[in-house]
Amino acid sequence: MATLDSHATYRPRGLGVSVGQGVLIALALLCVAGLLLLPLLVVFAEAFGKGWAVFVAAIADPDARTAVWLTLTVAAIAVPANMVFGLAAAWLMTHYDFRGKQLLGALIDLPFSVSPVVAGLVCVLVYGVNGWFGGWLDAHGVRVIFAVPGLVLATVFVAFPFVARELIPLMQTLGNEEEHAARTLGASGWQIFFRVTLPKVRWALLYGVLLSNARSMGEFGAVSVVSGHLPGLTNTLPLQVDQVYNGGSASAIAAAFALASLLALLTLLTLLIKRLVEWRHGGELAHPVRRH
Amino acid sequence: MRRFPLIVFLALGAVFYGVAAQAQDHRLLNVSFDPTRELYKEANTAFAASWKQQTGKDVRVTTSNGGSGKQSRAVQDGLEADVVTLALAWDIDVLADRGLLAKDWQSRLPDHSTPYTSTVVFLVRKGNPKQIHDWPDLVREGVQVITPNPKSSGGARWNFLAAWGWALRQPGGNTDKARAYVTQLYLHVPVLDAGARGATNTFVQRGIGDVLIAWESEALQSQQELGKDKFDIVVPSLSILAEPPVAVVDKVADKHGTRQLAEAYLKFLYTPEGQDLVARHFYRPRLPAVTEKYAAQFAPVKTFTLAEAFGDWRQAQATYFADGGVYDQISEAGH
Repeated sequence: MATLDSHATYRPRGLGVSVGQGVLIALALLCVAGLLLLPLLVVFAEAFGKGWAVFVAAIADPDARTAVWLTLTVAAIAVPANMVFGLAAAWLMTHYDFRGKQLLGALIDLPFSVSPVVAGLVCVLVYGVNGWFGGWLDAHGVRVIFAVPGLVLATVFVAFPFVARELIPLMQTLGNEEEHAARTLGASGWQIFFRVTLPKVRWALLYGVLLSNARSMGEFGAVSVVSGHLPGLTNTLPLQVDQVYNGGSASAIAAAFALASLLALLTLLTLLIKRLVEWRHGGELAHPVRRH
Repeated sequence: MRRFPLIVFLALGAVFYGVAAQAQDHRLLNVSFDPTRELYKEANTAFAASWKQQTGKDVRVTTSNGGSGKQSRAVQDGLEADVVTLALAWDIDVLADRGLLAKDWQSRLPDHSTPYTSTVVFLVRKGNPKQIHDWPDLVREGVQVITPNPKSSGGARWNFLAAWGWALRQPGGNTDKARAYVTQLYLHVPVLDAGARGATNTFVQRGIGDVLIAWESEALQSQQELGKDKFDIVVPSLSILAEPPVAVVDKVADKHGTRQLAEAYLKFLYTPEGQDLVARHFYRPRLPAVTEKYAAQFAPVKTFTLAEAFGDWRQAQATYFADGGVYDQISEAGH
C-alpha cells in the first residue's frame, strides 16, 4: 500500500540530501529509466518508425480492430465480475469468522502465485473437449475453450485478486462499528452494504478495479493457452501483437509495435485514471474515516 | 450501483449471442503450422473468390498459425478445425488416432495429401563468411547453427531428419555415424526456438548465428523480405523432400456441415491457380506446368524422401522424437 502512504505530508527535516540518499535516488531513477521508461519509449519509437501510413494501416486492419474490440469486451465482462467477486470475498473475510477463512485468504492470492500459463492449461483440462466437463459442454453445443467464454474465464482468474486485496486491509482498518450502528437502527443487510460499507470503500474499490482492468487487458499467458489464436475471432490485442510480430518482415514488426503502442495506451489510460482518482480523492484514500 | 449484476448478465448474454451468431456464417477454420501464414492469407482470399464464382456464396476462411505440434494439440483439445494443414503427417496421424478423421486420410488426396513440398537448405550471411557449403561445414569449430527445437517444431524435425539422412547416405555411413554427426550438430546450436518462424527471426532479425537450417520456402522469403544483399542461400549436396500434408477433419466438418466446402478448399490448392500461389510463396508446386514456370526460383537439389530413408512418420516419430527417443538421448548426452 505504498501508494497510499505517498500522500502523507511527511518531509525530512532540512532540505539537504546526504550522499547516501543521493546515490539511492540516482540508482532508483536509473532503474526506472532503464527498466520502465526506455522500453515504453522503444514501443512508440518502433511503432512510428516506418511512418504514419504503416501505423494507421496496422490499426485499421480488420483483425486488429477485432482484437481491440475483443480485448475491451473481455475486460468489460471480467472486470465487473471480479468487482463483484472481490467485494464479496472482502466482505466475507472482514465481517465474518468462519472455518476455512485462512484457506479462503490463501485462495484469493492463488492467481498471484500460479503462473498464468498453468491457469490457462487448467482451463483446458477442465473445459476442453477431453476435460472434466468438456464432453458434456461439447454435447450441449457450448464452446468454452478456443472461444470467447474461455478468454473471459482465464482473464477473470488472473485478474481476480486485485479488488479483494485492495479492499481487505482497508475494511479491516475501518472496522465494523458503523455497520453495527446501522444494524441497531434497523437497516437491512443490503442497505448496510450500499449505504454504509460501499461509500466507505469506494475509492479503494475503484483503485482495485482499475488495476484489475489493466491486468485484464494486458494478459497474455493464460489467454494464449485458451485462445486457439484465430485472427479476427479469438485473438485479443496482446495475442495479435505476438502473432503479427511473428510475421517476421520489417513491416510486420512495425505493425506489431503499432498494436503494442495501442495496448500500452489503453493501459496507460487506466493508470492515468488511477492517478486522477488519487489526486482528486487522495485524502479520502489515505484517511477514509475522516471523509464525513 | 444496484443494477450492475444485471449489466453483467446482459453483457454475457450479448457475447454468447455474438458467438452463436458467428457460428451461423459460412466459415472455415484452417489450423496450420508456422511458416504458412503468408501463403494461406492469400490462398484464403483467392479461394473465397473462386468459391463465390462457382456457387455464388460467400465464404470466410480463417487460418490459425503456430508450431505444428502445438496446433495439433489444440485440435485434439477441441479447437474446431475444419481442415488442418500441418508440417508433417505425424501431427495429423495423432488426430486420426483420436478418431477425428479417418486413418487412411493420407490417401484421400493426390501426392499423399501434400499439394506442395519444400526442402531443407542453409541460409547464411551475405558472402558466406564462414564458407558453409555442405552438412560437414556446420559442425566446424566456431560455427553457430540456428534450428528450432524438434520436440515442438515440425519444421525442425524435417531439419533433423535431413541431417541424419545425409550422414546415413555418406560412404561408409551407418546409424552410429549419423548419430555422432547429429549430436555434434546440436552442440553448435546456441538458441533452440520453439517454432520455425521463431528461429528465422532469431537468425534474420536478431542477427544470431552463422547459418540457419531452414525450409527453402522460409529461406527464399527471408531473402525477398530483406534483400538479396543480406543473405545467401546454400544448397547442400543432399537434402530431404519436406512434405507438409493437408486433410479435412471429418468429425468437425460433419458437425459444422462444411465437408463439401472443406474438400473444395483443399482441392483448390491442387488447381493451377492454387499451385501458382503456392509457388509464389516459395513452396515447390506439384503441377509440372507450374514447376516449369517457376524453375528459375528453385535451385536444383538432390533429395531423398522420408519414405525412402525412414519408412513413415509414425516410425520416425517413435524412433527419433518420442520421449526418450534419439533426440532426447543426444540432447542429454550433449549436456
